[in-house]
Amino acid sequence: MKQNYSIFSLVRNALSYHQGWQEAWRSPAPKPEYDVIIIGGGGHGLATAYYLAKEHGITNVAVVEKGWIGGGNTGRNTTIVRSNYLWDESAHLYEHSLKLFEGLSQDLNYNVMFSQRGLMNLAHTQHDMQALRRRVYAIQLNGIDSEILTPEQIKEMVPILDCSSKARYPIMGASLQRRGGVARHDAVAWGFARKADERGVDILQNTEVTGFKIVGGVVKGVETTRGFIGGKKVGIVVAGHSGVMAGLAGFRLPVESHPLQALVSEPIKPILNTVVMSPQVHVYVSQSDKGELVLGAGIDAYTSYAQVGSPFIIENQLNALTDLFPCFGRLRMLRQWGGIVDTCPDASPIIGKTPVENLFINCGWGTGGFKATPGSGNVFAHTIARGEPHQLAQPFALERFTTGYLIDEHGAAGVAH
Amino acid sequence: MSAQKNRVATGGRIDRSKPVRFSFDGKTYYGYQGDNLASALLANGVTLVGRSFKYHRPRGIVTAGPEEPNALVEIGTGAYREPNTRAPQVELYDGLVTQSQNRWPSLDFDIGAVNSVMSRFIPSGFYYKTFKWPKDGWLFYEKFIRRAAGLGTGSTETDPDRYDKVYGHCDVMVVGGGPAGLAAALAAGRAGARVVLADEQSELGGSLLSERDRTIDGKPVNEWVEAAKAELAGMPEVRVLTRTTAFAYLDANMLSLVERLTDHIGPTATGPRQRLWRIRAKEVILATGAIERPLVYSDNDRPGCMLASAARIYVNRYGTTPGQRVVIMTNNDTAYQTALDLTAAGVSVAAVVDLRANPTGGLPQAARAKGIEIIDNSAITQVKGNKQVREVEVQSLTSDATGVVGSARHIYCDTVLSSGGWQPTVHLHSQTRAKVVWDDGIQAFIPGPIMPGQNNRSISSARGVFGLDAALKEGHQAGAEAAAKFGFSNVTGNAPSAEAEPESQPLRSVWIVPSNVPVGQGGKHFVDYQNDVTAGDVKLAHREGYLSVEHLKRYTTMGMATDQGKTSNVNALAIMAGLKNVSIPEVGTTTFRPPYTPVTFGVFAGPDKGDYLDPIRKTALHSWHTDHGAPFECVGQWHRAWYYPKSGESMHDAVNREVKATRDSVGIFDASTLGKIDIQGPDAAWFLNMVYTNAWTKLEPGKCRYGFMCGEDGMVFDDGVTSRISENHFHMTTTTGGAPRVLSWLEEWHQCEWPDKQVYFTSVTEQWAVIALNGPNARKVLEKVVEGIDISEEAFPFMTWRDCKVAGVKTRIFRISFTGALSFELNIPPSYALQVWRALMDAGEEFNITPYGTEAMHVLRAEKGFVIVGQETDGTMTPQDLGFEWIIGKAKPDFIGRRSHLRSDTKRTDRKHLVGLLTENPTEVLPEGAQVVEHVKDKPPMTMIGHVTSSYWSPNAGRSIAMAVIKDGRNRMGQTVYLPYEGKVVAAKISKPTFLEDGAPANG
Amino acid sequence: MLLISCPYCGPRDEHEFAYGHEAHIARPTLEQQQTMSDAEWADYLFMRKNPKGVHFERWVHSRGCRQWFNVARHTVTHEIVKVYKMGEPAPKLEQK
Repeated sequence: MKQNYSIFSLVRNALSYHQGWQEAWRSPAPKPEYDVIIIGGGGHGLATAYYLAKEHGITNVAVVEKGWIGGGNTGRNTTIVRSNYLWDESAHLYEHSLKLFEGLSQDLNYNVMFSQRGLMNLAHTQHDMQALRRRVYAIQLNGIDSEILTPEQIKEMVPILDCSSKARYPIMGASLQRRGGVARHDAVAWGFARKADERGVDILQNTEVTGFKIVGGVVKGVETTRGFIGGKKVGIVVAGHSGVMAGLAGFRLPVESHPLQALVSEPIKPILNTVVMSPQVHVYVSQSDKGELVLGAGIDAYTSYAQVGSPFIIENQLNALTDLFPCFGRLRMLRQWGGIVDTCPDASPIIGKTPVENLFINCGWGTGGFKATPGSGNVFAHTIARGEPHQLAQPFALERFTTGYLIDEHGAAGVAH
Repeated sequence: MSAQKNRVATGGRIDRSKPVRFSFDGKTYYGYQGDNLASALLANGVTLVGRSFKYHRPRGIVTAGPEEPNALVEIGTGAYREPNTRAPQVELYDGLVTQSQNRWPSLDFDIGAVNSVMSRFIPSGFYYKTFKWPKDGWLFYEKFIRRAAGLGTGSTETDPDRYDKVYGHCDVMVVGGGPAGLAAALAAGRAGARVVLADEQSELGGSLLSERDRTIDGKPVNEWVEAAKAELAGMPEVRVLTRTTAFAYLDANMLSLVERLTDHIGPTATGPRQRLWRIRAKEVILATGAIERPLVYSDNDRPGCMLASAARIYVNRYGTTPGQRVVIMTNNDTAYQTALDLTAAGVSVAAVVDLRANPTGGLPQAARAKGIEIIDNSAITQVKGNKQVREVEVQSLTSDATGVVGSARHIYCDTVLSSGGWQPTVHLHSQTRAKVVWDDGIQAFIPGPIMPGQNNRSISSARGVFGLDAALKEGHQAGAEAAAKFGFSNVTGNAPSAEAEPESQPLRSVWIVPSNVPVGQGGKHFVDYQNDVTAGDVKLAHREGYLSVEHLKRYTTMGMATDQGKTSNVNALAIMAGLKNVSIPEVGTTTFRPPYTPVTFGVFAGPDKGDYLDPIRKTALHSWHTDHGAPFECVGQWHRAWYYPKSGESMHDAVNREVKATRDSVGIFDASTLGKIDIQGPDAAWFLNMVYTNAWTKLEPGKCRYGFMCGEDGMVFDDGVTSRISENHFHMTTTTGGAPRVLSWLEEWHQCEWPDKQVYFTSVTEQWAVIALNGPNARKVLEKVVEGIDISEEAFPFMTWRDCKVAGVKTRIFRISFTGALSFELNIPPSYALQVWRALMDAGEEFNITPYGTEAMHVLRAEKGFVIVGQETDGTMTPQDLGFEWIIGKAKPDFIGRRSHLRSDTKRTDRKHLVGLLTENPTEVLPEGAQVVEHVKDKPPMTMIGHVTSSYWSPNAGRSIAMAVIKDGRNRMGQTVYLPYEGKVVAAKISKPTFLEDGAPANG
Repeated sequence: MLLISCPYCGPRDEHEFAYGHEAHIARPTLEQQQTMSDAEWADYLFMRKNPKGVHFERWVHSRGCRQWFNVARHTVTHEIVKVYKMGEPAPKLEQK
């Protein structure tokens, strides 16, 4: 068992100058074979390993990570958590995730700082308002909290927003998900890692998968930079690099990898309590506990694995920001970075089987993967353990691209987040 | 004017004849022209300038440049307030108002300093381990954490300043105007290359501005700098940008720079405040210098602790000393220059504590000769004093430098300077995603090989080669070579030269300067000042397994502060390397992300604000709509007249009146925003066959046809009427929002898939203004003003077009209808649109001609069940779903999207269908977006089977009407369904999506 | 920001162009459409190479001459290896 994290253990350890803390997870040598190998030590992969161990009793599991855990999109996103999706299939999946988030700090004994400070989606045109109502009514009937705000209510919640009619795109209303908010992204990865490790999962960092061993259409393990590791089942959860892994296993995916950029301001005293998103003028912003404004917008148009994008994306996003929040003009950009997101034609993820037997894939989360972390891991663990898709994952199988049963969230997402 | 107690008698580049008044925390001080805020505060003896982020420890000024971690202040007031500004980079101007931040109630007495007392209980990452109880407790705890966090306070008023943006191009871009950069710019400029030289300081010269007695080519350095400036100013192809920071190195040799135009003048300045430069260079020379590392010693954050190089800058350039009695600790020779310069300025240097044994380099020897005491093989083990250094304790080092021995020697002082070696400023190099490599000789990262396509070279200190003469030589050579690459090989003049550097000895790396208690158990060894990360925190991260450099950074927040770890990253890496017992590069290197220093949001936005955020498109008739009181609706970039309220009328009243008048008599509508594409060429008809779902080859010239366009996925993505002008000439209309997308679509298919087809596409959206005349009396109105054609039903039937004159203006009229009423759509050259509109208004007066806006247009078309792509569709609807089975050309061989209609899910017959909805209560108007359920439950979740796409009050039907898409809707005609929303449930019957059976037919 | 050499206009900043995704995906002929399975059609519609390396892709000079053309670009370094006109075959590249 791991040490319990609590105020008491903190005080106790303080008295011994914090010499007594254990490592959060081990750095084991790879075993020759595992029941399940998870490729990718991001939030989704670690969550998958955790739930395999916790809910399915499968503990002989390795998480194989090319670099350091949580180093991909888990550590590069804008930390927004919400479940206000249009289509039933998406709403159910993301709500499953949001509910897991609501108890995650206690479940993991690790404070993931899930802060349900509310998430507001602005509407600026008649067309926006129609789409907004459609979405809110659907979300409500799916049993998920969502409400419509008038410009007056918006102004009251976020006084620094320009709600005047003089704006280029005046604010006509907003939807609000009060249970939405932000969480500490690194903590989610570390929390899952720590508890998965406690249940026996081997986290193999600095171990890159270089190939698959596939015999007669059945996967038998993975070649890595630390040698061959046998696996009865293998799950690919590598976000931006999904296409590369699929290529190694001999199949193609309907995904393209794109840069997604984000940035933060210098830290300032609290000025913005709510997450504010505007699909029309293309920006979303929240203020972190540290005081930094955290901003994002859309993806760069071209395929890339570079983790950098083009500057005009940033310029457009700051145009939008300073137009919505005219007082932000004098703040400064502190840090700017990019992630690699794998996008599907319908802006929905792929969870399920692959053409190779016992090889499973979880990818295509595009710009919205962080919020899904626990839910994604949970349904993927089920899918791997049972060899059949979890009920919530079923609509997201790869076959939908053949049948045409797409779950088109473009209209609903509008802007990356 | 109060005395400036730390101002030295003479010297420096300040103008002592020009006093400058400023305030800090409400108290007025004076500095001189040429001072920055940090030097002026130091001159006035103000050493406590801020509080740290987490522990609220008292902090002073540490550096003299952009790497400053501590001295962050708010400058300006009201709308001009700017938090987190680095004091050494604020040029002093008269009336400058500044204040300290992150303290309450005052800098001197800060309640938050209780965190410092509690610091033992709140090490790195403490928040991950606690605040988890009770389950919903986090929001409560978070409130207090948020309040305590953040640094300065942002203004809540609109930023009053303007910003500018500009693009630049050059052969050679030189970043850094120190000796190397100047020599490079001179060499390249003399050869005739187009050069841009950018430097972040207010004047060129870099390190030369703080030299005391060096010479170049036998002249004092200042004279050489002045001559260089003058020469560069005289070169027409050279642009010098001062107060300009190159903060990002982007793809393909593009640099982002920010030029601060008026920050040194303050709010009284006119013109833009800052300018964003995007400069595409053929070759980039990075002469960005190096940044000194502080030593990590116990309580190294007390106000009065400073970098040795910073003190040298303050005394030589600004004529001020950081204190009256100075102790210096160093692991290398360069700090001795500071000792010499301070001594020369009359400042008492109590001792130089050298971590090395028996230093015998040129500078230590010179210091000895000046009588400065050197305490070798020793370390400062304690710094006493809370808000100001009071005293240090010095002890001898053990042989491995991990501990100290012997008795402590107490030295009274008010200032402790340290030098831990120099880290080249490799940020821009690293931003190109090129690697940095570890250099054991200088114990620092230097640039590795450059990235392909990113033509740059780091020179001089920026690549770890130090010394003035080397800087001049490398600069000259780099400038000449870069220019020669582009054909400018005629470099005149030799490389400038300086006297040789004094002989020096290597530095000794002591990454944690030991004290007499174990690290983390007594005083604090700060690594990252601003975020309060100590050597003990690095140890904790190591103990807990956060081993990679990124985990270390994220767990401890090391290097994540506003200084981005410029003074702390290497120290932290080295400490982690020591703990892991591996070499420093094995721990990893941090990625340097843009920007180099924080950049104002406003300058990225530039002038593209307000109405310039996105272009506003207005029709040729816009002024008429404005004159007649119409509010406008945003549709894409267009502003469209929404409705025309008469005095006292509500929107509802106005729309009803417009709808009714149009259906009863005649309405007039500005349809100019409709997308229009001119299509010509022998293969035009073939092409339309491919992009529309229906057949076009047999359409005769003079006739019009409605069509759907699908994506290759089979889903509707635009619609419109296209007319055949002649055998090889068509006029296509698209939705208002879809016009650019459709044109790109046509071009893409033509150029990429069927390039051998002869067909040409031209956008003519703004070449035609469109006035739609609708209603039973439309013909009677038009008859009065039309010339040259017979507009009777027989001569000019529905779905045809004719050229004619209207009110004397050449007009093309289409007999097409989006209201289902008798309709004429007049296409007119835009400059004459107003004339024709007015003529029609006059002609229609006797028929009560009524202008109607987009809202009435929506109602009118819905009454007849016409769909709007983007409202009835959302990218998931096929033409079949919309009930347009007939529009699929069954006999047609191929069209885009055809194969997708045959997929198992797409060919289902129970997909969502477009239907009508009639509420049981005819006065109940459903909201668009309302969801349809078959069975109502007490509470959600409920299974939804569709949603309302359009919904209006129809004055002509005398009831509410709605269109909806509902699963298997066409097979549910007459079924009652329910729409739960906003706390109520409305019942409605599924109907056909047409609501006026008795209205005048379109071909009437 | 990429610097793209339009074969008709010369080198221009990326923001003058629009991206057209993977190049050299031939549209199935009507005959092929009539015999191909849904899965094969899905392959044409959605499946992409998405390589980590040189990518053959289409761009259009949308804010310039409006001409489409092909680009071979490295998806990690963003280095543009070759620009070639529509209709020309993909260049054979040496393995890097």
